[in-house]
Amino acid sequence: MKNNIWINIGFQVGALILALLITTLLLVAAGAPPFQAYESIVTGAFGSSNDVVSILISWSPLLLTTAGVLITFAAGLWNIGIEGQMVLGSIFATWMLRLLQNTAVPPMLIVVLGILFGMIGGAVWAALAGALKTFGGVNEIFGGLGLNFVATALTIYLVFGPWKRPGVASMSGTQPFDQKLWLPTISNTGLSPWALVLSVLVVAIVYLLLRGTYFGLRLKAVGKNIKAAFLLGIPTWQYSMFAFLLCGTFAGLAGAIQVTAVYHRLLPNISNGYGFLGLLVAMLINYQAIWVLPIAFFFAALNVGGIQLQIVYKMDSSFAGVLQDLLVLLVLLGQGIRERFLRRA
Amino acid sequence: MNIELRHIHKHFGKVHANNDIVLDIPSGTIQGILGENGAGKSTLMKVLSGFIQADSGEILLDGKPVLIKSPADAIGYGIGMLHQDPLDFPPMRLVDNFLLGRSGGLFPDRKAVEHGIHELAVQFDFSLDPERYVDSLTVGERQQLEILRLLWLGARVLILDEPTTGISASQKDKLFETLRKLAKQGMTVIFVSHKLEDVEVLCHKVAVLTTGKLVGEAAAPFNAKKLVEMMFGKEISLGARRPLKLGARVLELRDLAVEDIRLHLADINLDVRAGEVIGVAGMEGSGQGPFIRACAGLIRPVNGRVLVNNHDLTGSSYHAFKRNGVSFMPASRMEEGLVPGLTLTEHFVLAEETRGLFIDGDQGRKLAEDRIKSFNIRGTPVSTVESLSGGNQQRALLALLRMPLSLLLLEHPTRGLDIESTIYIWSKLKERCQEDTSIIFVSSDLEEILQYSDRVLVFFSGKVTPPLDVSSLTTEKLGELIGGMGWARLTSGGAHEK
Repeated sequence: MKNNIWINIGFQVGALILALLITTLLLVAAGAPPFQAYESIVTGAFGSSNDVVSILISWSPLLLTTAGVLITFAAGLWNIGIEGQMVLGSIFATWMLRLLQNTAVPPMLIVVLGILFGMIGGAVWAALAGALKTFGGVNEIFGGLGLNFVATALTIYLVFGPWKRPGVASMSGTQPFDQKLWLPTISNTGLSPWALVLSVLVVAIVYLLLRGTYFGLRLKAVGKNIKAAFLLGIPTWQYSMFAFLLCGTFAGLAGAIQVTAVYHRLLPNISNGYGFLGLLVAMLINYQAIWVLPIAFFFAALNVGGIQLQIVYKMDSSFAGVLQDLLVLLVLLGQGIRERFLRRA
Repeated sequence: MNIELRHIHKHFGKVHANNDIVLDIPSGTIQGILGENGAGKSTLMKVLSGFIQADSGEILLDGKPVLIKSPADAIGYGIGMLHQDPLDFPPMRLVDNFLLGRSGGLFPDRKAVEHGIHELAVQFDFSLDPERYVDSLTVGERQQLEILRLLWLGARVLILDEPTTGISASQKDKLFETLRKLAKQGMTVIFVSHKLEDVEVLCHKVAVLTTGKLVGEAAAPFNAKKLVEMMFGKEISLGARRPLKLGARVLELRDLAVEDIRLHLADINLDVRAGEVIGVAGMEGSGQGPFIRACAGLIRPVNGRVLVNNHDLTGSSYHAFKRNGVSFMPASRMEEGLVPGLTLTEHFVLAEETRGLFIDGDQGRKLAEDRIKSFNIRGTPVSTVESLSGGNQQRALLALLRMPLSLLLLEHPTRGLDIESTIYIWSKLKERCQEDTSIIFVSSDLEEILQYSDRVLVFFSGKVTPPLDVSSLTTEKLGELIGGMGWARLTSGGAHEK
C-alpha cells in the first residue's frame, strides 16, 4: 500500500512536468521566450505584496466554488451551472444593496443582508437546475449550461437596462456603491479578511461533512448508486436537491463577495470563470477536500501571474488557463493510465 | 475444439486465485467446473475468455499454444463466455446488441442480423423478439440472448458461468437440451456451477476446484457424495424443518391488483403471520417482481389494499413501509442492492439508524467486524463491495438487513451461492423467523421453495394460486403448476387459513 502512495505521487509529478513541457512548446510556438515567461508568471504572482493580495482576492471565490462542487460531485452531479449560480449571487447582492442604500438601515447590516441575499440567489439558481434534473429529467449539465447563459444575459440586461449608470451605460458595470457599503478590506485592496475567513470556514465545513457525517456518507451513496441508496432508505431526490442548494449557496456567497468586497458594483463577467475553475480544481484533487486550500491557491497564483504575460509579452492572459487546463487533463489521464497499470500488475 | 490448460497461475494481491491448474477438455465434451464461492472457477474462465491474463501458464487450442489478450481475441479463436451477470446493453434493442459484438462495415445489415437471430432462435427453441429492448427481458431471457449472440458470433467453445441461477426449471431443461445438442455437433461446453444436481445430469466430466487448486476430476456417472467431499472436505445435510407456530398477522393483502408493462395481476388475497415463510414460485417474469415490489411499497397497486401490522399502507411510500418494519432485498445486487465504491463498513453504517450528526468511526468498524464474522463474509471492513465475490456480495446484502423486522421480502436470496452458503443463509433467516419476522421470497429453485417455505404462491402468466400448504406439494406438482398445468384442480382450497 505504501508503494501505492509513491506511485501516486510519481504520476502527479509526471503530469505536472508534462504539462509544463507542453506549455513550454506552446510558448515557443507563440514566440515568447519560455523561461522568461515562466519567470514573469512567478514574479507576477509573488513579486510584490500587492500581487500576493491579488492572489488572495482570487483565492476566496475559488475556495467557495470548489467547496460547492465537491458537494455536488459527491452526490454524483455535474453542477456545471455553478458559474451562473455565482452570477446570481452577485445580482441578488447588488439588488439588496440598491434597495437599501438610501434608507436608514445601518450600512453594515445592509452589507450582511446583501451577502445573505446573494447566497439565496445562488441557491435559487441551483434549485432551478436541481428541479429540472429531479422533476423534469433534464441532465444537470444541460440545465446548468442553459441557466449560465440566462444568468449572463440577465446581468447584461441589468447593467445596460434598469440598473444602468446615470448617463451612459457601459461594460464597466453599474454605478459603484458608496464606500460605507463596502465590506471592510485590508487598506482598500479588495481583500476582505471576512471573505477569507468565511471561505476557509466553508472549506472546513465541507471537509467535515464529506468525511465523517451521516449526511456526507448518504450523499456519496446517492452519488454512486441511487437505486441502492433508495432501497437503503435514503430519501434520494431530497439529497440530490440539497446538494444543489448547498453548492448554490456557496457559489452565491462567492458572487456576493465579488460585489461587496472586490468590485462594489455589478458588472458583466463578474464571476470571472471561478465556477468552471472550481470544477477543474475539484477534478485535479480527485475530489479530496483536504487538498482544496493549496491547489486553489496555486491556481489563483497562476491566474494572477498570467496577467504579467499579457503586459510583458502582449500575450493573452488566458495563457495561464492553458497551463491549468493541461494540468487537469494530464492528471486525469495519469489516473486512467495508473488504474490500467495497477490492474495488470 | 480441444482445450488444454497448462499450469495456469493467477494472483489477485495476496490471493492465489488459480494455483497451477492443468486441465484437458476434448472437443464435444460438456465439462463441469465445480467449486464453492471463491474457489477460483470464475477466474479460470475469465483467463480462458480473455477478460484477464494469467500470471503464468499456457493455453493450447487444438494443440496450438495461443495468447488470448482480450475477449475479442477469445471470440476470434471461437471461445465465447456467458457471464454470471449478463453483460449486455440494457437500453438497446436485441438486434443492436447483436450488431455491437460484430466487426463489420459502416452500415450494419439489420435485416440479415434479424434473420440470423430468428434462425438460431428456431433451431434452439428460444422465443426472443429482436425488436424488444433488453431491459424488458428477464434474467433468464437475457441469458438466452447472450447464448444466441455467442453462437451467432461463431463460438465453438461456450463457457457458461453459473447459468442455472435465476432461471426457471423448464428454462433450465431447455438450456440443458440446447447444450447437449451443441456438444453433439462437436462444440466444447464448459459449465461452471456450484450446483451438484445440474452437473450430475448434464456434464460428461467434471473438475473440482477448491481455494484455487484443482483437487480432483471425475467422469460421468458421478458419485455425488464424493464430489461434495472434494468440494467441502466433508458431507453436508440440510437442516431439519421446524414446526410452524402461527403468530400475529403481519401482512394482509386484500384484492390486490398490480401491473407492469406486460402483466396484470388481480385479486391477490393473502394473510401472512409472524414467523411464516411464503415461497413465491414461477417462471421468470410471471409477475413475481411486481407482486413483491408492491408488498414493499416500491410500486403502487392499481387496486386493493396492503396492510402491514394492521396499518393500511396502500399507496404509501417505500420509506413508510420501511418504518413499519418491512425490508426488501433485490435480486440484482450490484445494480440495486449495494453501492460500488463504498466499503463494507460504510454500507453497514448507512443501513443502521442514524445517531447524531457524526459517524462514530470505531463503532462503525466494530459493527462491520461483527457482521463480517456472523455472516461469514470473505472481506475486511475496508473492502469495497465490488471487490467481493458474488456469493460474498449476497451475504453482505443479507447482513445489511436491520434487526428486528416484521416482514422481509427477498428476491432470489441464494442465487449464485453454493450449498454451504445457502444452508448458512437460511439458518440465519430462520433465526429471524423464530423472532417473529415473516419472510416472502421469490426463487426459481424448486428445492429451495419446498425446503424452506411454509406456504407457496405459484405465479403463471399473470395468474396467482391461492397460498398452498407446502406439505401438499411435491417437486413434480410444483413444476406442473409453474408450467401452467393442474390449475383447474385448485379451487379455493390448499390454504390452512380461513
